[in-house]
Amino acid sequence: MSWLSRLRDTFRTGRLDDELDEELRSHLEMRVADNIASGMTPADARHDAHKRFGNSTLLKEDARETDIIGWLDTVAGDLRYATRVLRKNPGFTLTAILTLALGIGANTAFFSVVNGVLLNPLPYPQPELLVTLHESKPNFLSGSISYSNFFDWQKDNHSFSSMAIARDYGFSLTGLGDAEQLDAKFISSDYFLVLGANPVIGRTFAPGEDKIGTAPIALIGAGFWKRKFGSSPEVLGKSLTLDGKSYTIVGVIPEAFDLYRSAHPTDVYVPIGQWNNPLVPNREAGLGIHGIARLKAGVAIEQARADMERVTANLAAIYPDADKGIGAHLVPFTESLLGNVRPILLVLFGAVGFVLLIACFNVASLMLARSTSRTREFAVRVALGAGRSRLIRQILTESILLSIIGGALGLLLAQGIRRAALRVLPTEMPRAADIHTDSHLLLFTVVISLLAGILFGLAPALKSSDLFLSETLKESGRGSSGTRHRAQSVFVVLEMAMALVLLIGAGLMGRTLLRLWDVQPGFDPHNVLTFSISLPPSMNAASPAAIRAAFRHVHENFGSMRGIQALSVSWGAVPMGSDDEQVFWLDNQPKPSSVNDMNWALSYVVDPDYLKTMRIAIVRGRFFTDADSENGQHVVVIDEVLANKFFGNEDPIGRHITLQQGEMKAEIVGIVPHVKQWGLDSDETQQLRAELYVPFMQLPDAAMKLSPTGTTLMVRSDGSDAKLFDSLRRTNKLMSDEQVIYGAQTMEEIISVSLAARRFAMILLGVFAALALILSSVGIYGVISYLVGQRTHEIGVRIALGARRWDVLNLILSQGAKLTLLGIVIGVAASLGLTKLMARMLYGVSASDPLTFIGVAILLSFVALAACYIPTRRAMRVDPMVALRCE
Amino acid sequence: MFRPKTDVLQGTLALLVLKTLVRGPMHGYGITLHIQMLSNEVLRVEEGSLYPALHRMAQDGWIKAEWGASENNRRARFYRLTTAGRKQLAEEEKSWARLTQAVASVLQHA
Repeated sequence: MSWLSRLRDTFRTGRLDDELDEELRSHLEMRVADNIASGMTPADARHDAHKRFGNSTLLKEDARETDIIGWLDTVAGDLRYATRVLRKNPGFTLTAILTLALGIGANTAFFSVVNGVLLNPLPYPQPELLVTLHESKPNFLSGSISYSNFFDWQKDNHSFSSMAIARDYGFSLTGLGDAEQLDAKFISSDYFLVLGANPVIGRTFAPGEDKIGTAPIALIGAGFWKRKFGSSPEVLGKSLTLDGKSYTIVGVIPEAFDLYRSAHPTDVYVPIGQWNNPLVPNREAGLGIHGIARLKAGVAIEQARADMERVTANLAAIYPDADKGIGAHLVPFTESLLGNVRPILLVLFGAVGFVLLIACFNVASLMLARSTSRTREFAVRVALGAGRSRLIRQILTESILLSIIGGALGLLLAQGIRRAALRVLPTEMPRAADIHTDSHLLLFTVVISLLAGILFGLAPALKSSDLFLSETLKESGRGSSGTRHRAQSVFVVLEMAMALVLLIGAGLMGRTLLRLWDVQPGFDPHNVLTFSISLPPSMNAASPAAIRAAFRHVHENFGSMRGIQALSVSWGAVPMGSDDEQVFWLDNQPKPSSVNDMNWALSYVVDPDYLKTMRIAIVRGRFFTDADSENGQHVVVIDEVLANKFFGNEDPIGRHITLQQGEMKAEIVGIVPHVKQWGLDSDETQQLRAELYVPFMQLPDAAMKLSPTGTTLMVRSDGSDAKLFDSLRRTNKLMSDEQVIYGAQTMEEIISVSLAARRFAMILLGVFAALALILSSVGIYGVISYLVGQRTHEIGVRIALGARRWDVLNLILSQGAKLTLLGIVIGVAASLGLTKLMARMLYGVSASDPLTFIGVAILLSFVALAACYIPTRRAMRVDPMVALRCE
Repeated sequence: MFRPKTDVLQGTLALLVLKTLVRGPMHGYGITLHIQMLSNEVLRVEEGSLYPALHRMAQDGWIKAEWGASENNRRARFYRLTTAGRKQLAEEEKSWARLTQAVASVLQHA
């Protein structure tokens, strides 16, 4: 059919309709005239003419179906009719809409997360060219890049159009309202050039401004700009006092350019040359600096890797002491940003898709069951001349109407679900800030609603229209209920199978978390609070002795608070929080020529009360005492892993090691148990596990001078003060207005953050599985109810013939049990394949853990049989007389 | 009452209408009369089939419709064969002949 003429027709529909009317009228009149001429009475003549025409509306409809407006007209008619039908069955309609809203809502909500995190393009131009850079060292693949090496990398490489480094830092801000801690970054000049960001106002750093000894300048983030300066453009040229030093603001950076798009945007950026750490220029220093670079167009990452291999090999030749064994480790930026979350999100997205499928099957099942009671209605429509496609269209119109209403409701529901989901979202989740409603989301909702409508509408539509072609018009068709029942059973079996898969997934995650909670971290996290402290900015220029005195003062003040049982400074690694390393050599070893030939250990720099604070029991020897001060003999304590690794069967106590930092020779005085620094799950698989404790007061002066900012305090309380940190803050303010404590986290929180991604997956899988369980129970309930309804007569006969209630129970329940069992078999088979996808998220349980599989199968059978029992009871109560009479 | 849409007659209806129009433009009512008459009252064209068919054929460009006056000076829509319609007619005549021949030979030899 020519679309062109259809289109033409569209523009003249009104006329077309009129013309058709007039043509038919003239035909009628001619027929009437001829009839009269052949001798009929005028009334008969007219009657005959009309009879020959039959259904003139239908005729017009048929002639009209060839144009689009006519088509739309029929759709509108179908919609009106569908609305009427749905309104007449509020129970069915409500159930169907709610079921769909749940399914679509859950999908939409989850899609908003997937869309924000995985699908939306990163806010940088050509993000596929971005590469994260690390120094690979004998111990680490992703080590810190030293300041000096970076400038050589930048100068010598041929692969990158720009390259930059950054290091997170916390500044105390003073002189602008209450003293507060800012999230800051030390960056090299090209940082924003790499990202392709332009400042909102002002400029970024110019080449050379990142070198040591240049004038202190700063960039601020748009959020900070708004909060502190009301987004005033006057801010340029103003000064900020950070750690007591004055910086001139030269520009404002848009919020969207935070590298990891996490929930904590950066407040202020400062050139890395401004860092007062004396180790910065040291080529072998590992200071937590990492890089990002932009590939030149057309350069593949493998070429860049080869190029950097050349650059680092040259440096190793020039500076063998520092750079022997040092390479560059390159990772595509999107990989380093999303590599960890992608599999979790995809598994969850698949799971939520199952929920929608189950919802669709349920509604399809409902519609099938209902089409029985509509048999007469359909028969009348067929008798009036409706064709098969016309009927299919009518039923599809109804189902799509349902799914669109369900979708709209689902979209509303999704807003709520998403808000709840964001609350359980790991705070470490990259791009959390990018999750919001956008046009993609709306499109997604519309598409899945339509698809769902077609999916659950098609089977009932085909089935019911089939009915009439097989000429079962006269009676309300018992003959066809067999096929319909089969379709419903297939739906229920599939629902059961999918629910089982989801339950198994949730079960495996649950068991993983239980296993992890059982893992002993090596300390008692209960009632331990950690927070950071920055001494007043004036202390940055103070002598090491004054700093030590200040910390003793802090210790006394906090330590004398009510409810505090023990506290310790922690300079260096915090278990499961941050890590720090020491390099050392043993007393029977000559000093190695290169850092990379020395021995590495995790470094804990603490007070004597650390063991009491963390409730770690000493294994042998002793821990530090107050006598192990700056004036005492240098001592260290090691953990069992270090003892085994470096001393084997020998007794380490009394032996000496030399710490590279300050070339400090110290005696080993005690051994403590190993602490799971790297988290409950992955500590055992890490390379660097040896642990070394150093007394804080014995820190070399150079290091001590850095400690006024960003030192951690760990406090054990008796748990009586629910607002412990507020009390600590009050005590802190009494010591100095310019001293800041910030970043409070309980040790339990730190552990739970390390499990956050898994907990997120478990909560969502659990919710999806629960939804699936409920929906599929409703499904099997519906089918068994239908079955009982169909067999009431038969049951009546059976009871009349002497069947006992038990036999009836058996008869009906065995039907339900058959469906459930089949569902479980299919579900188990599917799970064996699908749970492999989540193997990476599991710990301590196998992806085919028999206990989970069996437990979940039992749970599902129990719930399904309980759902079957309700209609079965109805069957058992059938009064044979009533049942027989109603036939 | 149940009126199947894909009727054999539906296929031949186009042929009959096209053939009728070879003699000249004619309105719908005239077409039904003509076919009825020439087939000795065996074939009766239902109005319910005729108009949709006419509409479709007009859309396919085989015939063209225009308003005119009937024999009794009544306003009526006249259908006229187009060149495309003539070609289509030739096609349909050929396939009809093939079909009847085929049926005839089955009837003869079976």
